[in-house]
Amino acid sequence: MSTKHHTRRAAVLAIGAAAALVAGGCSAGSKPAAEKPAATDAARAAYVAPGELDQYYLFYSGGHSGQVFVAGVPSMRHIATIPVFTPYPGTGYGFDDESKAMLGAFTWGDVHHPNLSKTDGRYDGRWLFVNDNANNRVARIDLRDFKTKQIFGPIPNSSGNHGSAFVTRNTEYLLVASRFSVPLPKGRVAPVKDYGTQYRGSVTGLKVDPASGEMSMGWQIVTPPFNWDLGATGRGPSDGWAFWSSYNSERATGKLEVTASQNDRDYAAFVNWKAAEEAIEKKQYTEIGGVKVIDPAKAKGVMYLVPLGKSPHGIDVTPDGRYVIGSGKLAPVVTVYDFEKFKEAIAKEDFVGEEDGIPVVRWEAAAIAEVPVGLGPLHTQFDGKGYAYTSLFVESAVAKWKLPPYEPGAKMEQYVVDKIPVHFNIGHLVTSHGDTEEPDGRWLVAMNKLSKGRHLNVGPSQPESSQLIDITGQKMRMIAEAFTEPEPHFAQLVRADVLKPIEVYSKDENTNPNAIWSADEAKVERKGNKVTVWLYQVRTFFAPDVIEVNQGDVVTVHITNAEQTRDELHGFGIAEYNVNVVNDPGETKTVTFVADKAGVFPFYCTNFCSALHQEMQGYLVVNPSKRKPSA
Amino acid sequence: MDRMIDRLETTLSRPLGGPTRGALLLGALLLTLALFLPLWRIHLEAQQFPEGLDLWIYPSRIVGGNGGQDLNEINVLNHYIGMKAIEPASFPEMKWLPFGIGVFALVSLRAVVLGRVRTLVDTIVLFVYFGGFALGSFYWRLYTYGHNLDPKAPMTVPPFTPPIIGEQQLANFHVTSLPQAGALLLAAYGLVLAGCLVVEWRRSRRAAGERVAVRIVARAGVGHAR
Repeated sequence: MSTKHHTRRAAVLAIGAAAALVAGGCSAGSKPAAEKPAATDAARAAYVAPGELDQYYLFYSGGHSGQVFVAGVPSMRHIATIPVFTPYPGTGYGFDDESKAMLGAFTWGDVHHPNLSKTDGRYDGRWLFVNDNANNRVARIDLRDFKTKQIFGPIPNSSGNHGSAFVTRNTEYLLVASRFSVPLPKGRVAPVKDYGTQYRGSVTGLKVDPASGEMSMGWQIVTPPFNWDLGATGRGPSDGWAFWSSYNSERATGKLEVTASQNDRDYAAFVNWKAAEEAIEKKQYTEIGGVKVIDPAKAKGVMYLVPLGKSPHGIDVTPDGRYVIGSGKLAPVVTVYDFEKFKEAIAKEDFVGEEDGIPVVRWEAAAIAEVPVGLGPLHTQFDGKGYAYTSLFVESAVAKWKLPPYEPGAKMEQYVVDKIPVHFNIGHLVTSHGDTEEPDGRWLVAMNKLSKGRHLNVGPSQPESSQLIDITGQKMRMIAEAFTEPEPHFAQLVRADVLKPIEVYSKDENTNPNAIWSADEAKVERKGNKVTVWLYQVRTFFAPDVIEVNQGDVVTVHITNAEQTRDELHGFGIAEYNVNVVNDPGETKTVTFVADKAGVFPFYCTNFCSALHQEMQGYLVVNPSKRKPSA
Repeated sequence: MDRMIDRLETTLSRPLGGPTRGALLLGALLLTLALFLPLWRIHLEAQQFPEGLDLWIYPSRIVGGNGGQDLNEINVLNHYIGMKAIEPASFPEMKWLPFGIGVFALVSLRAVVLGRVRTLVDTIVLFVYFGGFALGSFYWRLYTYGHNLDPKAPMTVPPFTPPIIGEQQLANFHVTSLPQAGALLLAAYGLVLAGCLVVEWRRSRRAAGERVAVRIVARAGVGHAR
């Protein structure tokens, strides 16, 4: 790259920084106000008449709410919230024994990157995997019933599970990377001043059982203490590879906004996960924290570093798997790497150095272009028609630009073909089927970090904004806007027909041994101070409707909702006992509690079920004990 | 009068013609098919059940729509007005209906081989009785369900009879009750029997006419009948 180019970039960057500061203070900065879409056209495009269905599911991550939000596109209407890492009284999640055990000791998580399971690089509609950036976990949501089925973690030797949970081409692995480095194994203490040598990050492949979706440890690679940020999985020529961006190649601690922004370029990691599998087979690992961990300095060919500027966020692979797009959020360009060139470079060992024994590939040997998309590029998605869409955080816009091939020596500006303002400070964006081998090029949803009063004022805690953009034409078209609770990061946008959810749990599939299907089977049994209740729910009564126990008893209630009709849910809430179980039709759940308070406590159906819903009630009678309660 | 009885007796004793035997074979097939098809459908619609609820009545069973679930739902809804739960296993009709249909199929097959007009007449008489009895039994079922309501039920509604055929508004439900393919096949079988009788009657009269003509022609000494 010429010095001149560098200078121009530096100038643009300075403007970018200024714009970033301005963006914090006022709404649209000096940019022209958003073009008013032809309102009637846009309204028609987003209108889904009462009784009609949306065409796409939008799965938003709920950020530190620990949840996933489900909306319909094009209406952008919120349809459901799927609780994952956080109790959710609305569905009784985190109140019954099973979900409570799944949540463990944590009452929150930080969901960033939902990823749909794939078969042959296309969404197969089976599962949605999400990460927990806070407590280093991943979770699997079954899309048959939209329920969280497994929470795996905290993942050993991984802290700040941000670059996660990216799904490989046939859902062989979930890719996980550490945003925060710590002394390993976890639990060990080393002074923060020894960060560069004592602290370590890691990238991990969690194995996914192809039949059940069950997640387990696969391979793990220990890395220098760079802050791994976002990831992507290979396909086509790059199948078997995984990619992560990182910031803080400076290995700095303290005031990272300055200390980690000194290098002109940070690194992307190109990881050959098939080689990682082989390294484990060949026993090229050491055990750390009970896990087989690969040292990439010893297991050659597993991991390479490629310079990527500056302080990057998104790293994304084109639908054909040939190109890898890196977004340096402090550089006004995206970098396009040609995976074929990268392979030649590693074959020729075209390296410029190493970091802790990991070879660093010469930038020019892998990159083919820098596309000047605008200020603060964060994340890129695709339309399957040869274009990429990159979110511009600083500029509050989405840029549409052409993918390679490029004419030799051509001015790269010409390949940025359209730009649309968004409101405001966009983080991720998602296009329909945009991270698969077959993006359908229909919709784009911009997930904006700041909404800044574009909604009815709800006080200082403002919602996030998401905007629906039509990408079928040459020019992008703003269609609709919606607001969510904190805080969508990434999302998945998938055609509704890919999913085949059920509406009730059929009696035949309920294999819970404690399920009961008639009031005659309802009963109460006592063994010592343990009382077990088999409780039956149907419109509109409980059987039994009086449960009598003694103070201090451990009470286990198996509750079956015997309904087989859609939307006939029943709740089981006990006043002043913090018990709140909600059963879907045909579902059996168990709740255990200690009857530590004497008295008579009404229980009732919490989820409105029928005209006589109010009458659906009973009593928990707790006879006072002369002795102190056992627990 | 005596002559008419003679005529009748002659006709009844006549072996069935080829086309009639063919038609009876077809009739037996229709009955066999009807064994496996729904006779009746009771369809309930309400605002909150946009797809409606269905009861399909087969010769041997009652099946709820939506994989059987509609029957449970109808029972749950009916419990609010104190109606007895519909339990298909408790219906004797579901045993004698298929048996009866089978008997008619066998009788038809027998007539195909050995049939005389008398067999045809017997079959028609019995089939009309069988059909009438089945419909009557169906009506009685509907009447009892609508009239034996538990007085302690959450909701009190005046006793009623759901429609056997046609439409009716019952509380928030619009009920439509109509015969289905099975019942239409049974009706078609009845028509086949009736048609056979007409054909046989005409055939018999034509044969009698021919005999008269032969006698006249013979007396007149003309050498040929036509």
